[in-house]
This record gives sequence, C-alpha cells and structure tokens, in this order.
Amino acid sequence: MHIVVCVKQVPDTKIIKINPKTNTLDRRSAPAILNPYDAHAVQEAVRMKRLIKNVYISVLSMGPPQANAIIKKSLEIGADEGYLISDRAFAGADTLATSYALSKALEKIASIRPIDMILCGKHAIDGDTGQVGPGIARRLDIPPVTNVIEVTELSEKDQTVVVKRKLSGGYQLLRIQMPCLLTVEKEINEIEYSPLPNMLKAARYEPVVWTVNDLQDVDRTQLGLKGSPTIVGKMFTPPKHEGGKRLEGSADEQVKDLITCLLEEKKELFYVK
Amino acid sequence: MSKEYRGVWVFIEQNEGEIEGVSLELLGAGRTLADKLGVSLAGVLLGKNVLALCKQVISYGADEVYVIDHPVLEDYRTESYMKGVILLAEKYRPEIFLYGATPNGKDLASAVATDLSTGLTADTTMLDVDLEKRLLEASRPAFGGNIMATILCKKHRPQMATVRPKVMKALEPDSEKQGVIIEENIELHEEDMRTKVLKIVKDVSKSASLADAHIIVCGGKGLGDQQNFTLIYELAEVIGASVGGTRDVVEAGWLPHELQIGQTGETVTPKVYFAVGVSGAIQHVVGMKNSDIIIAINKDASAPIFDVATYGIVGDALVILPKLIQQFKEILTEKGGEISYAGKI
Amino acid sequence: MPEKFDVIVVGAGPAGTSCAYTCAKNGLKVLQIERGEYPGSKNVMGGVLYRKQMEEIIPEFWKEAPLERPVIEQRFWMMDKESTVSFGYKGLEWGKEPYNNFTVLRAPFDQWFAAKGVEQGVLLINETVANECIVENGKVVGVRTDRPDGDVYADVVVLADGVNSLLGKQLGFHKEFRPDEVALTVMEVINLSKEKINDRFNLEDNQGCTIEIFGDSTKGNLGTAFIYTNKESINIGVGTTLSSMIKAKLKPYDLLDYLKNHSMVKPLLSGGESAEYLAHLIPEGGYHSVPKVAGNGVIVVGDAAQLVNAIHREGSNMAMASGKMAAEAIIRAKEKNDFSEASLNSYREALYNSFIMKDLEKYKDAAHTFEHHPQYFKEYIPMVNQAMSKFFTVDGTPKREKQKQIMRSVTGTKGTFKVIQDVYRAWKAVK
Ligand SMILES: Cc1cc2nc3c(=O)[nH]c(=O)nc-3n(C[C@H](O)[C@H](O)[C@H](O)COP(=O)(O)OP(=O)(O)OC[C@H]3O[C@@H](n4cnc5c(N)ncnc54)[C@H](O)[C@@H]3O)c2cc1C
Ligand SMILES: Cc1cc2nc3c(=O)[nH]c(=O)nc-3n(C[C@H](O)[C@H](O)[C@H](O)COP(=O)(O)OP(=O)(O)OC[C@H]3O[C@@H](n4cnc5c(N)ncnc54)[C@H](O)[C@@H]3O)c2cc1C
Ligand SMILES: Nc1ncnc2c1ncn2[C@@H]1O[C@H](COP(=O)(O)O)[C@@H](O)[C@H]1O
Repeated sequence: MHIVVCVKQVPDTKIIKINPKTNTLDRRSAPAILNPYDAHAVQEAVRMKRLIKNVYISVLSMGPPQANAIIKKSLEIGADEGYLISDRAFAGADTLATSYALSKALEKIASIRPIDMILCGKHAIDGDTGQVGPGIARRLDIPPVTNVIEVTELSEKDQTVVVKRKLSGGYQLLRIQMPCLLTVEKEINEIEYSPLPNMLKAARYEPVVWTVNDLQDVDRTQLGLKGSPTIVGKMFTPPKHEGGKRLEGSADEQVKDLITCLLEEKKELFYVK
Repeated sequence: MSKEYRGVWVFIEQNEGEIEGVSLELLGAGRTLADKLGVSLAGVLLGKNVLALCKQVISYGADEVYVIDHPVLEDYRTESYMKGVILLAEKYRPEIFLYGATPNGKDLASAVATDLSTGLTADTTMLDVDLEKRLLEASRPAFGGNIMATILCKKHRPQMATVRPKVMKALEPDSEKQGVIIEENIELHEEDMRTKVLKIVKDVSKSASLADAHIIVCGGKGLGDQQNFTLIYELAEVIGASVGGTRDVVEAGWLPHELQIGQTGETVTPKVYFAVGVSGAIQHVVGMKNSDIIIAINKDASAPIFDVATYGIVGDALVILPKLIQQFKEILTEKGGEISYAGKI
Repeated sequence: MPEKFDVIVVGAGPAGTSCAYTCAKNGLKVLQIERGEYPGSKNVMGGVLYRKQMEEIIPEFWKEAPLERPVIEQRFWMMDKESTVSFGYKGLEWGKEPYNNFTVLRAPFDQWFAAKGVEQGVLLINETVANECIVENGKVVGVRTDRPDGDVYADVVVLADGVNSLLGKQLGFHKEFRPDEVALTVMEVINLSKEKINDRFNLEDNQGCTIEIFGDSTKGNLGTAFIYTNKESINIGVGTTLSSMIKAKLKPYDLLDYLKNHSMVKPLLSGGESAEYLAHLIPEGGYHSVPKVAGNGVIVVGDAAQLVNAIHREGSNMAMASGKMAAEAIIRAKEKNDFSEASLNSYREALYNSFIMKDLEKYKDAAHTFEHHPQYFKEYIPMVNQAMSKFFTVDGTPKREKQKQIMRSVTGTKGTFKVIQDVYRAWKAVK
C-alpha cells in the first residue's frame, strides 16, 4: 500500500509574533516549520504502516528549495521518500492553483508507484483555508473526507478505510473506498519522539526535486499567480471600535467599579438574585 | 457569453431536517448583497425529505429556493452533494455563492470551486460588494499583522466564499414572505457512492459548551503560566462561566484545542466575555467581538483588546483576578443567590 | 545493528563544529549531535568572534559568514556611580581585511558554521541529547542518546558539550564546579536602529565597538559587564562569579537591570526594544580547573574542557582552536588505528604547547586574586574616578598641588604600604 502525505512549509506562528501595536509581522530568526497538522498526517501514515506492515510512505511538498527541511522532518517521523516540486512557475498560487500543481505531481508519483491513499492536514496554519485537500481529491476524482479524528479500520484486501469525521457536535463514522484522500485533525494522534535511525536517515536524505518541466501534461495557465482566480484586493485595519469605559483608580476600586457597572448599567444582562 | 451570471446564492446546510444557524445568518448577509446588486437571493437546499424546509428558507429572506430532494442525499457526503450543487450552479449561474465555514460547508465549497474553476475565499468575516464591477469583497484576517485582507475574484464566476458562523446577523423571519421553489432532479445511485455513512454520533458535551455559553472567561498568554491559569477556572467557577483561551494558550498546552476562541477556533457570542491577559489580535477578536459585554483586563494600556471592550481594566491580572473572585463571592453570599443572565434565569 | 562512525561529536558550538568540520574534511565519517532545535538555538555569547582561529578553519570566512560588525574600537570603562574613567583604542585598520575581530549573534553564526561542516560531509542531527558515553572495557565506544534505538558507536567520541559537560562529569574527568570557578552571566539583545547605534557609538555602518565595564557595573563585585554593537541591535550583559553572587546575595537579573538603568549606560540604550534574554555559565576557573582532556576513545574540547580566558573574555577562539587540534589528533590516531588515551594524548600535548594553555597559565591566579581582594573593584575604581574628577576639574588649584591631594586621598584611607602591595598583587596576576 502506498500513502502520500502532502506537507507544507509554514512560518512558525509560535515564534513569529504579530505585533498588535504596529501591525507588523515580527519575523526575527523565525524558522519555517512543517505545518503541525501535516506532521500529524505523516504520523498517522506511520501508525498505519505499523498496523498493516507493507506500507510505503511518500511525502510531497510544493515550495521553495528550503522546503527540503520539512521533507527531512517528515523522514524523521517515518516517511520513506520525499518529493519537492519547486519552480518559479508555481509561485503565487492560491488554493486552486496549488491543488492543480500538487495533483499533477501526484499523477507522476502514481506512475512510479500507484497511490492508495493521500493524507493532508486539516489546514495550513499560515492561511488556514483547508481548501487544498478537497481540491486535490476533486482533481484526481477520488473521494475526500475532511476533519478525520480517527482511522478505526484499514483493510488492504477490501481497499477500504473506516474513519471518524469530526462534525460541529459529534462525528460521522464513514467507510471509504480507496484510493481516497483524508485531511486530519490534530487529535488523530500524538507525534512520537523519532528513533535515532530515522534521524540518521533523514540527515542523509536528499529529496527528489521536480520542476514544471518534469511534470506531464501541465497546463501552465493553471499554475501560480496566473492560475489563481483570487487576488488580494486591499489590506486594511479593521474599523476601530470606540472602546468602552476605562475603569480608574486602585485595583480594589477598579474591581468594585466593574461589579457596580455590571450590576447596575447592565442589569438586563447580568444580575444576582 | 451564453448567459450572464446573476443572483446571490446561499448554501443551506441542514442536518436531519434542521437548518444550521450559519445558513440563516448568511441569508441575512446575502439579502443585503442581493438588494445592493438588484438581484434575487436564493437558498440551495439538498437532502432527503427537505421540501418542508423551503418555507423557512424563504421566511429568512430568500426569494427562491433551489431544491434537490433525493434519498442518497440523506447524509452529507462530498461526493453526492457536490454533484447536486455543481449541477445547479452550472445551470442557473449565480454570481455570488456563499457557504457557512463549517466542516461540511468548507468541504463542499472546496470541491465545487475546483470543478467550476473559480476562486474561493475561506473563513470570511466581512462581506460587501463593489457595485460598479459587481465584485464580491470578501474580507478575512490576514496573516501578516493585525490586519484584514479583502479577497477578490475578478475574472471567474461564481464568486465564492465560506463565512464564519456567528459573525453575520440573521433577519427576523417573516412568515408572510413569498418565494419560488425550484425543484431539480438528479441521478444518483447509492451503489456508485465510494463513501458510506455507517453512523452519526452526537456529542454535544464538548464543543457546544463554549458556543452556547452565556458567560465566558477567556485567558490569554498574559497569565504567564499554566499555574496562574487556574485563576481563570476559579473565576469561571464562581460566576458559572465557561472557560476559553487564545491560540497561544492552546499551543502552550494550557488548554485543549476545542476551547480555542477565534478565527481557527470557536466563534462565540456570549452575554458577557472576560478577556484576561489577551492582547486582542485580530484573529482572536473576530471570534468574540459580537459578545454583548466585553470586559478586558490587561496590564498594557495600549493593548488592542481595549478597543473592543465595554469595560477596560488596566492592571495586572494576577492582582485583579483574586480580588474579582473575592468580590463576586461576597456578593453571592450576601444576596444568597446566583448570578443570572438574560435568557437564562 | 547500530551504526558506527569514525567520530561522534557531541555539541554543535564553535568547538564541536571546528572539530567535526576538520575531521570530515580529512575524509573521516563524522556524526555530530546537537540537543538544540538547530545549532546556536540555545547558545549564548557576548558576541566577539576572533578572526585568527576561525580563519585557520575557513579562510576568508568574513566574505560569507553571517557577521554583525567588524570591531574597530575597544573601550574599557572603570565605572563609578555617576562617573566613569575610560580608555581604549580605535583603529581603522581593524575595519579592513583581514580585520581583527567581529561581533556576531550566535544563532545565525552557529547555524552557518555547522552547515559548512555538513557541506564537508558531517552528518548533523538536531534535537537529540547525548545522555551518556557508552563505555566498554574501560574505553569509550559510543554514545547513548535520548531517542528510541538511540545507541550509536564510533572510534572516538568528542565532548564539545559546553560548560556543564555532563558527559565529562560522568566519565569522572571533572567534578561539580565550585561556585568560584564559574561566572553566571546574563545578557540581553536590545534592538536599536542602525542610525542610533552609529550616532551613539560614533561609528559608520560597517564598524563596531565593544565596551568592557568594570566597577559599579557589578556593584563592585568580581566580574565585568559588556556592551557590544551589532548591525541593528546591542548586546549588553553582566556576569560575576557564582560565589560572589551568593556572597553579595545578588540576583543576576537585578544586576542586569541595575546596569541598564545606570546613568552611564542608559542613554546608549534608550528607545531600544528588548528582543532576547539569555543566561549562561562561563567557566572561569582557568588553568587549574582544566580537566582531563583525553581518555581511551574520548577527547574533550572547548568550554567542556574549561578553555576560557576570563580576563580577556576569550572563549570561542579557544573552543575553535582546541576543536581543530582534537581533529588533528584523531586523524593521526586513525592513521595508526590506535584510539587509546596514549595515542589521543597528542591532543593534550598540542593543547599545552599552544597559546591556549599558555594564556590560561599566565592568568591562572587572576580571578583568585580579585575574588579574595575585593578592594580592587569596591574601592580602587571609585578612587580612580574621584582622582580623575579632581584632576580635570578646573578650580584654580595648581596641578602639582592637585596630584598631592590625590595621592593623599588614595593612601589616606589605607596607608601607602597596603596600596603598593595591592598594586603589586594585581600586576602579578595579570602580567
Ligand atoms: C492564521 C492564524 C490564525 C490564528 N487564529 C487564532 C485564533 O483562532 N485564536 C486566537 O486567539 N489566536 C489566533 N491566532 C494568533 C493571534 O494572532 C495571536 O497571536 C494570539 O491571539 C495572541 O494570544 P494572547 O493574546 O493570549 O497572547 P499575547 O499576544 O502574548 O498577549 C498577552 C497579553 O497579556 C498582557 N499581559 C501580560 N502579563 C499580564 C498580566 N500579568 N496581567 C494582565 N495582562 C497581562 C500583555 O500586555 C498582552 O497584551 C492566529 C494567528 C494566525 C497567524
Ligand atoms: C555571556 C557570555 C559572553 C561571552 N562572550 C564571549 C566573547 O565575546 N567572545 C568569545 O570568544 N567568547 C565569549 N564567551 C565564551 C564562549 O561563548 C564560549 O567559550 C564558547 O561558546 C564555547 O564553545 P563550545 O563549543 O565549547 O561550547 P558551546 O558554545 O556552549 O556549545 C556546546 C553545544 O553543545 C550542545 N550540547 C550540550 N550538551 C549536549 C548533549 N548532552 N547532547 C547534545 N548536545 C549537547 C549545546 O546545545 C551547545 O550547542 C562568552 C560566554 C558567555 C556566556
Ligand atoms: N504547498 C503545499 N505543498 C504540499 N501540501 C500542501 C501545500 N499547500 C497545502 N497543502 C496541503 O493541504 C493542506 C491544507 O492546506 P490549506 O488549504 O492551505 O489550509 C495542508 O495541510 C497540506 O497537507
């Protein structure tokens, strides 16, 4: 069985801080990381490999050459192979153009080794759209299941997988015919501490890098900025609310004031009986 | 062009015959857009035995309802729903098509956008139109600062967006309102479906607690550490509130992620919202700014959270919280009662 | 079957990377293990990188390494409460190739340096802690990491694990530090615009300045403070030996706060924004506390071997030089296929014949002298300040009379003999 995980390099938002006063991105020495949801997706593939053996795990990323690093990270978690598609032609892609480029790369990977399952993160933390996964599934015409919180059964023989899909208040239990595409939530697993042999393998590993020319039957008008129907029109700071009342005085006075305000000014909303 | 794209559409998400709140909110927002553009507003309703819901869709503002009623559509599945929606969109050509940013809405919209080769803006929190160019202006918090970005889709139709629940307002339903129901047929066979729904399990205990809470105490990174964060629980306990947190707090592991409030977490609209040690980044604010009363406690007087706060206390949360807890306790024992909130006595 | 390498280097600071780089360049199979998220992620240094030792590893490194500014001026301050006596040297020749030394930020620098090692063939893994050396038959044969299946083997293990060197301690090479053998230093990186730095320190874009501060910077305790200019930030730090900190009941962060708000320092920093806060130990025991540096299958380099010159704040250069000498010893050992202590002791010999041990020996009593005679910091620095103030204040007193007054005030409190003795002792310690 062959699982391909789509992994994206994102800025580490834990370290990059948006300075709320100056409205700027504080990028000081912020390293790029493997999108956390994608890390869980790779981990889930590793878990399945442990379950039914005979699983081969590839990861695929579209990004600049530095995205190399997150492919290595995926190998540390337990992937066997990594592909990076990197080309100026892909730059500036929105989700539609991204899913197009990735689906073309997936077709090529499938020609090397047929794919049974594709995993994606629920969303990427830099833009959090969550649109790329379902987009890829559509393009490859395979069934997608988003927001997966558990893979409960995996049958290589029947080519089916049973998953729990998170809903607003509860979950669906679904049986899906493979090949299929799943996007995973964080609660699907815990990332394990990688064994040393994986670390050594990852440190040595050089991913397969493809440019546009390495992919077949690509319609270049669907790539990158050109292939992206959405554009950013304008950026603006949200209209400032006037802000309410500042409570003055010592801590004790402020607290007292607050409670008085709540109980008197807002008694239609908040009262003690 | 064979036929111009006209009209504003809203995908009506229903679960077991009940329409999701966000769909009704979108009818409200869609009404405004449709009136500005001078076109009709339509709801798109798919499911099994859902015809009865059409009246409700109309009463919330729709002029038309496109319905596909089919047994295979009983439960949401991307495969089947996508087919229906694409069929309608290709046939009737709306210019704007809105979906709730729920798991199903996002999933469906992504698949549909791919097939229609059109743009899709995710997790929108503001909607408007540029009348001259008939462009949908879908705005969302942008990564890159405390800033909103307006996403446009100039050359492709329909213009699509998913919209966060609870940020738009539904209209008061008007049971007198008349509308047209357009039924459409589709050929679907259960045997062709590659996804089977085995069962649906309701678990309202977790996520509903925040979404329906009347009073929320939200703690931010400003509390310093997990130990101090227990003060948030203490205050919540005393006043009978639910606890939530910012993404930074969740990432630090002080709270489970279903309790995250904001763009990537829950959107909440309680009566009273305490934001303690929260800076008020745009991604957080979009998830709570529609609360009735917002109380901010932050030691930085220029923190943006104060811009949305009804009452602001500039001070150290570690000093203020114990006093607040103490005071509430005293009032409660004095009056011997409990705190009540409008709507819940 | 766990893998075997020629060399395992524990730590990716300047010592470890110099060693790994040199070994790999000479064809050895090297594994380098770093516990941080990436090399430099946790490393702390005031920030002066010396050109000479780095150049011996990578010639003309300044053409590509992420450096901040070449240092063209070194100032020394003897600071009192509201005054300071300063001297120093500024030379434009230091601003040109081949330069003298540079200010650096460790996070980018260590990353770059380690990447150069990887180019030479070093296999580098991060986020992995070497927990202990694997010892078989009295010989170190590998390390046990904290990861599952975490054993890995080599002919030689190089301990470049920094000042705490737990691995060295486990092997019994050195004991727990005495509080007077280490300094605790805290430092802060403060962001400040290029223009402000240039104005305040009288510099051009590609010129840097260092200030070493004695006296009230440590509230008169044994120790020093420093201010170094980066491109668009300033490093400021202060450290004293652990023992004086304990004795004077000082909290390191309070001391840094005190320094930052000192009337002599504050104007240099004003308007800056604090970017990073770091604390670290510096081995300052000097010559007497250098542990055993070679054993069967194991070599100790850099801070782990206590190779720091506290008086001149040289550490990274000694780390690099020792790392390179260790590599050369390993290459020799490999030729003979003999990794015994006797064979690896060629490293010890090289070390003791080099500037490192010579410098350390020269200053071997310095810290000790100052620690036991706090008058240098507590009394003489204020005294010098008063003397200068008197001397330069124009008040109609003839200069000869002034000198007399100054001498009287110096010897008055202590007696001439005591002062002479102190001066002699200090001179001996650092001469
Ligand atoms: C794509 C994306 C999506 C995001 N989604 C979300 C989301 O859904 N929800 C969310 O919350 N964030 C989200 N964020 C992160 C968001 O941008 C902010 O980083 C985050 O909300 C900040 O959390 P905070 O206010 O707890 O922490 P900080 O910004 O660190 O603020 C802490 C505040 O506490 C104050 N403070 C410190 N000490 C004290 C004290 N003793 N007493 C009182 N006040 C004190 C400080 O003055 C400061 O204002 C998202 C970011 C991105 C890029
Ligand atoms: C505040 C301060 C200012 C200084 N200023 C200067 C200066 O201006 N100029 C100068 O030349 N020197 C200065 N020094 C000294 C200089 O920083 C050190 O001498 C030098 O960094 C020593 O290099 P090293 O490679 O031996 O150790 P380190 O730089 O400490 O590197 C050790 C590495 O090993 C890793 N490590 C430790 N244990 C393990 C383990 N068990 N497993 C895996 N990895 C491990 C660490 O993460 C670290 O990366 C200063 C020191 C301090 C604290
Ligand atoms: N450039 C990319 N390369 C590889 N995978 C991607 C890329 N962009 C998005 N993905 C995948 O799609 C998921 C959702 O991303 P997004 O739609 O951008 O939120 C991610 O978690 C990845 O699995």
